[in-house]
Amino acid sequence: MVAGKVWKYGKDVNTDVILPGRFLDSYEPEYLASHAMEDLDKTFAKGVKKGDIVVAETNFGCGSSREQAASCLGYCGVQAVVAKSFARLFYRNAINQGIAVIESPECVDALSSGDEVDFDLKAGTIKNLTTGKTLSFRPLPAFVMEILEAGGLVEHLKRKMAK
Amino acid sequence: MAHTIAEKILMRASGSKKVEPGEIVNARVDVAMSHDNAALVSKVFGEIGVPKVWDPSRIVIPIDHRVPANNIKTAEGHVKIRNFVKKQGIKNFYDVREGVCHQIMPEFGHVVPGDLIVGTDSHTTTYGAFGALSTGIGATEMAAVWATGELWLKVPETFRIMLDGELKEQVFAKDVILQIIGDLTAEGANYKSVEYYGKAVDAMSVGSRMTVTNMSMEMGAKCAIMPPDQKIFEYLKTRTDRKLAAVTADKDAAYEKELKYDVGRIGPKVACPHAVDNVKNVEDVAGTEVHQAVLGSCTNGRIEDFKAGARMLAGKNIHKNVRLIVAPASRQVYLEAIEEGLIQRFVKAGAIVINPGCGPCLGAHEGILAAGENCISSTNRNFQGRMGDTASNIYLASPATVVASAVRGVITDPREGSTW
Ligand code: SF4
Repeated sequence: MVAGKVWKYGKDVNTDVILPGRFLDSYEPEYLASHAMEDLDKTFAKGVKKGDIVVAETNFGCGSSREQAASCLGYCGVQAVVAKSFARLFYRNAINQGIAVIESPECVDALSSGDEVDFDLKAGTIKNLTTGKTLSFRPLPAFVMEILEAGGLVEHLKRKMAK
Repeated sequence: MAHTIAEKILMRASGSKKVEPGEIVNARVDVAMSHDNAALVSKVFGEIGVPKVWDPSRIVIPIDHRVPANNIKTAEGHVKIRNFVKKQGIKNFYDVREGVCHQIMPEFGHVVPGDLIVGTDSHTTTYGAFGALSTGIGATEMAAVWATGELWLKVPETFRIMLDGELKEQVFAKDVILQIIGDLTAEGANYKSVEYYGKAVDAMSVGSRMTVTNMSMEMGAKCAIMPPDQKIFEYLKTRTDRKLAAVTADKDAAYEKELKYDVGRIGPKVACPHAVDNVKNVEDVAGTEVHQAVLGSCTNGRIEDFKAGARMLAGKNIHKNVRLIVAPASRQVYLEAIEEGLIQRFVKAGAIVINPGCGPCLGAHEGILAAGENCISSTNRNFQGRMGDTASNIYLASPATVVASAVRGVITDPREGSTW
């Protein structure tokens, strides 16, 4: 559990603004991290810190299958994305990259940009240190938790294949 | 228990006697497609530590997104793919000359009704036009598929959309799917399978059906399926040796939502910046200045699209302030368009014909927009900044509307006036 800050956005945040196509020519973590959210919020890549969470309205991550849209957030240190709903490809990609994706309209409505939070995936809670409220969300399915705990699908598969 | 098409295909692929929406199954994949991002997939595949892919004959790799390479990094990625393909003995490899993945997959017979196909591209939904369950996945999970031949999938709920009636003059499959996306919104079919039925679907060409299943992704659909008919079997029979049999839904299969359209009531549509579901009637945006127009892509870069576009030229030239970029979806389409004299007509009228591939659709090269520029395009996405500067605008429309607008220099109703 790491304390972090909330970065809140609107609905239909698409993969082209999370990581514009012009930066897809490289898979370098630092390069991708430095351009995360660039077309939506120029202050994000510079200001984001390890443990921060991204919060958004509905349909987060709609658009292309580009995995870099999920991985660039992970490379920035984002530990979870909390949205009212996700586009299916982003949802899968984030899990496979070891980033927690929480679908919870209640949590979204109770969080504002800049709030300090304690995010606890296992317990299924977000403590909003700014407002003093504790929010809870439905835990992720067991196999998703397994992938997240392994740090992503590759690690998970490596462990499985080794058995 | 009665099942939808997606449920039946997932039952077969997972070896289950029955499945229910919401259930997660481990499914065996029939065909796995990756394009330029095969470079990333192969990198992740290397990290897993399995020496050989599960079945080289089931992997298809077309290079289509930035072709020929637009910079050194891309060129290096292409080299990685070529080396990987050689090392793994992947025969179904299509290098930069062949065209857009979603067009060449069926052209080369890699799509068969009833198949479970995954691709590292969101518009993999396209192959549903052939009765397959096809869906987009990420690069990391594709690496897992290359290693094991399997992946987890949630059994989707299914929508049933009936398309009845007859299309009016100058109204196309593109207008129909834009109308549906406008109604259902960009997330209206999130995670769902969408089955299409009706007289208007039967009447559609193979290419038009692909336009509908391709764009169904833009309302979030996991897959979009049309039960295959004689047209589909005719198209595929010379392209594959595999047995062709339709998977159909049971009569009393349960649908989460049912929608009905009379396509005869639909007119030309335009999806306005910066969302695909921001759909308006062409009349409402007619007159908007256009700087670039794009005819091509996996959505509308086929021979029927070029014919519909060329009809709008009829002795006219492209407006002097407009760049009309024409990109055939594949080499086969390109050749046919040359033979039919379409390419000549476009070039004579002042269009810029580029090589088969994704071209400007994803804003990588071959037609980038500057701030303040407007583009009307037959492609499938108009997200902010997709084709260039974030202060540029993309309008999506049918090939006829695109070319009519390129001629007039402003967004134009293709039905307007006697000469159109
Ligand atoms: S043409 Fe456009 S939408 Fe189709 S595969 Fe290429 S980039 Fe994607």
